[in-house]
Amino acid sequence: MEIVFLIFILMLSIFLGFELINKVPSTLHTPLMSGSNAISGITLVGALALAGNTSDPQFSTWLATGAVALATINVVGGYMVTDRMLAMFKKKEGSK
Amino acid sequence: MDTNIIINIAYIISAALFIFGLKLLGSPATARKGNMLSSLGMLIAVVFALFDQGIISYSNIAIGIAIGAIIGATAARMIEMTSMPELVALFNGFGGLASLLVGWSAIDPSANTFTMITIFLSILIGGLTFTGSLIAWGKLSERIAGKAIVFVGQKVVNSLIVLAIIACGMMFVMEPSNANYLYAAVALALLFGIMAVIPIGGADMPVVISLLNSYSGLAACAAGFAIGNNLLIVAGSLVGASGIILTKIMCKAMNRSLSNVLFSGFGSVKATTDVIEGEVKPLTPADAYYILEAASTVAIIPGYGMAVAQAQHALKELQELLEENGADVLYGIHPVAGRMPGHMNVLLAEADVSYDLLLEMDEINPRMETVDVAIVIGANDVVNPAAREMEGSPIYGMPVINVDQARTVFVLKRSMASGFAGIANPLFFKENTRMIFGDAKESITTIIREFE
Repeated sequence: MEIVFLIFILMLSIFLGFELINKVPSTLHTPLMSGSNAISGITLVGALALAGNTSDPQFSTWLATGAVALATINVVGGYMVTDRMLAMFKKKEGSK
Repeated sequence: MDTNIIINIAYIISAALFIFGLKLLGSPATARKGNMLSSLGMLIAVVFALFDQGIISYSNIAIGIAIGAIIGATAARMIEMTSMPELVALFNGFGGLASLLVGWSAIDPSANTFTMITIFLSILIGGLTFTGSLIAWGKLSERIAGKAIVFVGQKVVNSLIVLAIIACGMMFVMEPSNANYLYAAVALALLFGIMAVIPIGGADMPVVISLLNSYSGLAACAAGFAIGNNLLIVAGSLVGASGIILTKIMCKAMNRSLSNVLFSGFGSVKATTDVIEGEVKPLTPADAYYILEAASTVAIIPGYGMAVAQAQHALKELQELLEENGADVLYGIHPVAGRMPGHMNVLLAEADVSYDLLLEMDEINPRMETVDVAIVIGANDVVNPAAREMEGSPIYGMPVINVDQARTVFVLKRSMASGFAGIANPLFFKENTRMIFGDAKESITTIIREFE
């Protein structure tokens, strides 16, 4: 039953994703990509539990630690660079 | 209350923030706030994930986060706007590798078949996203040749890899305790990522980046199934959907099907036999000034060459001078101009060009006949009238910006060499076209000096 439940969530979020992204104008496609990239760093949440599940690091713990580092690069770098880009998008006074 | 329930409530809040953040990305005025909300959602998710009862030791987590945060923050600060496509490609790759590692470390010999399938998928998608993105990064930063790499028997080799992946996946799921299948799966996924991207040329990179973006989301999604985490599934599929939509837009803008981009490479497109006849009319920047001074509407159509020449700041200066002179200045942006979706918009935003002057192809084309001077800077295929006129041309049918309908067209170009796709451009031979040869930035600077 849990499998069906998870697939149900998957289906709904894919439809939601299509609806949301279709409304993003092409001007913002680059920030959209880097921002959604940061969101895909959500793997971090999964990696945290795996990297901390033992106080005696094993091979799989180190793998998960690597995942924590990589996903953090995505999250921190992705959000920061998106913010840097979006800060530049301005509408000038007096322009038509 | 049970910690688990609290964590899951936090996940619901953060999913809602991601969704709301993406919604605010729908307009440049609210986009920055949207990104903030999305990052707040991420912060909430990460903080509450740390309360997971399975976590006994925080030392490894601290190491991982510290390393990642330093690298991520440094990269985000240092990167030039021109190099944005490379950075996004690289981040995509890291996301993919993270999902691969999560899938790998989630392997548990007692896992059921469904979990093993999803672990396999997160390793497969994560692995091919990683190497595919590395190749894309290499091509974009010109560390490896940007040309499509095609060899005899490529399709056979790729088919064999796909078959091997399927076989390996079945064995992996049936015998979770045998680590050899795991190593084979990782190796095949990494190999497949390389093979999938090398046959795709530099000009098709907007499609590849969008697709890899989508894969990095799907990999997170698969990892979510593997460890039974709702938030990973929701966030991953939002990203997956976003990448797929961008891929579709890019393909449509190039009038090619996705399979055509992925499997053929431009190399196999038959070269056109039509010979374009006519005379090229060069123009000096000084003469260009006299024409521009008399113009009342000017449209600027940038392409990847503008990014290479770093000419966006000079363009902005020219725009201001033209406006002082009483002219209207517009920018026409083709969806696949540059190396990633929206690349030109970011560069022009960097140069302080107001975003409401940046018109999409469908907005600028109907106005093209009223334009006095259209300045094509570093663009080639996206303004090629052959797409409308020459049925034999490889890009016939592709939607282009119809600069040839403007009264005068300036083409800023280094030489007469054809664009990346190797397609001849009849625009250069048109009656109303003037070629300004040389480095685009220098040519514009010279015109600016004439104004002063």
